[in-house]
Amino acid sequence: MNDPVRRALVAGHADFAAGLVSAVELITGRGSVLVPIQVKGLCGDDIQQLLYGTMKESGIRVIFTDLQAGSCTMAARKVLRALGEGTLVAGANLPMLLDFALSSNPDIAAAAEQAAERGRVAVSVHKGGGIPA
Amino acid sequence: MTLVLNRIDDRLIHGQVVVGWGQPLDVRFIVLVDDAVAESEWEQELYRMGVPPEMEIRFHSAADAAMRLDEYRMEGQPGILLTGDIATMRALVVRGGVRDVNIGGIHHRAGRVQHLRYVFLTDAEQEALRELATHGALVTAQDVPAARAIPLNELLGTREDA
Repeated sequence: MNDPVRRALVAGHADFAAGLVSAVELITGRGSVLVPIQVKGLCGDDIQQLLYGTMKESGIRVIFTDLQAGSCTMAARKVLRALGEGTLVAGANLPMLLDFALSSNPDIAAAAEQAAERGRVAVSVHKGGGIPA
Repeated sequence: MTLVLNRIDDRLIHGQVVVGWGQPLDVRFIVLVDDAVAESEWEQELYRMGVPPEMEIRFHSAADAAMRLDEYRMEGQPGILLTGDIATMRALVVRGGVRDVNIGGIHHRAGRVQHLRYVFLTDAEQEALRELATHGALVTAQDVPAARAIPLNELLGTREDA
């Protein structure tokens, strides 16, 4: 299989982005669909500039972030406003990014929306006590 | 309750503020003081969407906030006072009676020197922080509740390789 085309950025606190992208690579071999963004030590304006520059240069218009209230999400929303286009998914998790990485949907924004739904329903809670009879 | 944290953080609303401090302190409102944000409906909406439904956010210019801090101190629930820079917090110390200042994040920018992982300062900003102390404010650096509060003198005496 050819090296997949880069389709989205991933940004978040600490090593969130690199960790998730490395997990996607390990599980699917398609980690290069995603571009991890390192924002450690940057102020909000610098995060915004980094995201804007990367999106402008690469043509990527989808970004996944970790936390609704996070500085990457805030910066990404400002960048999308400046670009006048793009899709932001806040609250990314591994099932979501796996779905996105494996999607063959040529409509990347639609693939991101579908992945967001997959990530939303992938959360489950299990309690001890064994399997009911 | 009252304003339980008076924080300088150039990222304004973000994870450390809303979750890191907000949850353990059971914060119910944030007073965001920033002249530019106070003039921008769009930015206010951006920040409103970043906080959970049980947390209210109020926006003021520095001049407006300094006159209203006593009201916020009398609120029945805990709140955070938040500025994006030292100059704005200075106005609240001098004119609003703020007595404790938490430095939560002043990040890298040209001309700043690193003091902590999350604090970078120019010489003028160091002076401005000393001035806050001369106005009677207890100034410490602490990014999250579990970290140690670092006194101003120690902070200014510390320089880390970037």
